[in-house]
Amino acid sequence: MENLLEVKNLTFSFHTYGGVVKAVRDVSFEVRPGEILGIVGESGCGKSVTSSCIMRLNPEPPGFFEGGEILYKGNDVLKMDKKALRNIRGTEIGFIFQDPMTSLNPTMRIGKQIEEVFVGKKNMSAAEKKQKALEILKLVGISDGERRYKQYPHELSGGMKQRVMIAIALVGSPSIVIADEPTTSLDVTIEAQILDLLKNLQKTLGTSIILITHDLGVIAKLCDRVLVMYGGKVVERGTVDEIFYETAHPYTKGLMQSIARLDTAKGEKLKPIEGTPPDLFSPPVGCPFAARCEYCMDVCIDTPPETYTLSEEHKTCCWLQHEFAPDTDIKKTVIKKGEVE
Amino acid sequence: MAKYIVKRVLLAIVTLFVLASIVFVLVRLLPGDPFSNPKMTPEIRANLEAYYGLDKPLPVQYVTYMKNVFRGDLGYSMKYEGRTVNRIISESFPFSADLGIRALCFAFFFGIILGIIAALNRGKKLDFLCILIAIIGTSIPDFIMGSLLQYFFGIKWQLLPVAQYTSFRHTILPSIAVGFYTLASVSRLMRSSMLEVVTSDYTKTARAKGLSEFRVTFKHQIRNAITPIITIMGPTVAAVLTGTFVIEALFAIPGMGKYYVDSINMADYTLVLGMTIFYGAFLVIAILIVDILYGIIDPRIRLSGKKA
Repeated sequence: MENLLEVKNLTFSFHTYGGVVKAVRDVSFEVRPGEILGIVGESGCGKSVTSSCIMRLNPEPPGFFEGGEILYKGNDVLKMDKKALRNIRGTEIGFIFQDPMTSLNPTMRIGKQIEEVFVGKKNMSAAEKKQKALEILKLVGISDGERRYKQYPHELSGGMKQRVMIAIALVGSPSIVIADEPTTSLDVTIEAQILDLLKNLQKTLGTSIILITHDLGVIAKLCDRVLVMYGGKVVERGTVDEIFYETAHPYTKGLMQSIARLDTAKGEKLKPIEGTPPDLFSPPVGCPFAARCEYCMDVCIDTPPETYTLSEEHKTCCWLQHEFAPDTDIKKTVIKKGEVE
Repeated sequence: MAKYIVKRVLLAIVTLFVLASIVFVLVRLLPGDPFSNPKMTPEIRANLEAYYGLDKPLPVQYVTYMKNVFRGDLGYSMKYEGRTVNRIISESFPFSADLGIRALCFAFFFGIILGIIAALNRGKKLDFLCILIAIIGTSIPDFIMGSLLQYFFGIKWQLLPVAQYTSFRHTILPSIAVGFYTLASVSRLMRSSMLEVVTSDYTKTARAKGLSEFRVTFKHQIRNAITPIITIMGPTVAAVLTGTFVIEALFAIPGMGKYYVDSINMADYTLVLGMTIFYGAFLVIAILIVDILYGIIDPRIRLSGKKA
């Protein structure tokens, strides 16, 4: 199947008073029709910036592209003019933001905010727009749409607002929806509802979803494939099963160990990843994770790791997969080694 | 909402009553009295005091005055012979109000535009230009601004009339002189408020919907950025309308300011009181209107207003 979206060697940085921050470094991935792709990583690893790059939502300046391309259905987003970009935003790619409390305009009615997606794009009458908005409100599980349509965001609960955000993202029937930590600011029961909703919508509408999160539980529940990001780079990628059961990068392993599981023995302590993320003003020369890695070898510090292919989907950037590396629980059978992506 | 407004109006009446009472006492504590003139014989003085009721005990005077005020009668001026305070106000206020309204329109319109331009071009030349105008506006007092305007536009370049208040051309310079300070503070407030909105999450949402920059700015940003401006509008309206005195004198405009200051200098009890009550009422009404406006612009406040 042809890829909907291909991101190739994307590098994105920000000018700041302290110098240039390399937020995203040489990231490549693709999104296939009808799949849910998870991007996981800790705060500041570049996952949100990566997703915003796809719709060029990062402020430019201070942000700027240092290289790479983002092909949406074969067209490079980075070369598009404003008009073409506008036509992609909202109608081809939808975006669900992290915090529904602040992401809706407090002075505009819900209905208007949903309908706005069509402004300047499709010739629709006011009645048609309203019809569409009411349909989508029903679809995202908001009952009493007629009343909600006329309400303002402050009259809705947090979960409701996030449903409205999802409605805004979906109303233009986009082929990809980017959800940037859609449940981080919601409480746990609402989180479960919203995740179920996303999953169901994805099934019924066949939309691809890029789900950004720091929560491995969310990844396990929803995603087909996963990218693990660290220090602005993709360190491991694979299907959900591969990432969880065939973990091939010490960072991914660290993430797994730092969350509580049902089979964790009583009294056993969670194991945090020691240290702090790398300084992206001057990213480490070798592996970004080297400084915090319990398996760190000499080579890791001064040479960037090669990419090892472990299966059709499963790839990892870690020297531990090298044939000369010592045997550890990280080391897996490599089917293709050492190619540079 | 209706309940809220009724509550506010009642509160306003109480405020005015307290204001009038305090000023009634204070003005009599001023050294001298309306008729302390060395040329006046004690007989004439006694006559005048009897005529204006000043010979009666203070509480009696107070009750009489308050009764009259509640009927809308502010009494006779003690210095301008044969003229009632009501008449002085009704003759001079239209000039002050006209000047004030023009100044406010000028200040808010250009202040808001300047603030928006500055915020959208943050850190660029246009931004610095707007900041420069704001600094000039806040640091030059209005009477100097007025004189400078008169000198350059009126005398040097002969573009606009220097004084009087008879046609639109006459109103331009005094309006600018009165409004410039407000323009500066409005533009600064609008700039900072816009900067907050520009980086807000809902601006990002609006962009993600594929809206044009124009629409993002006009439909999403300005309305949210403008609420702080409306908050300062109430006090500003009062400040501009009362603060026009110097400019009125400078441009020879027959407004209220002159009477107000003169009345205090001459201890014209009734005129001071009348003017104070009038200004007080004006300020209270202006703030009330602004509060209601606030609710119209920001629906979150409308809701809490309903509950109150």
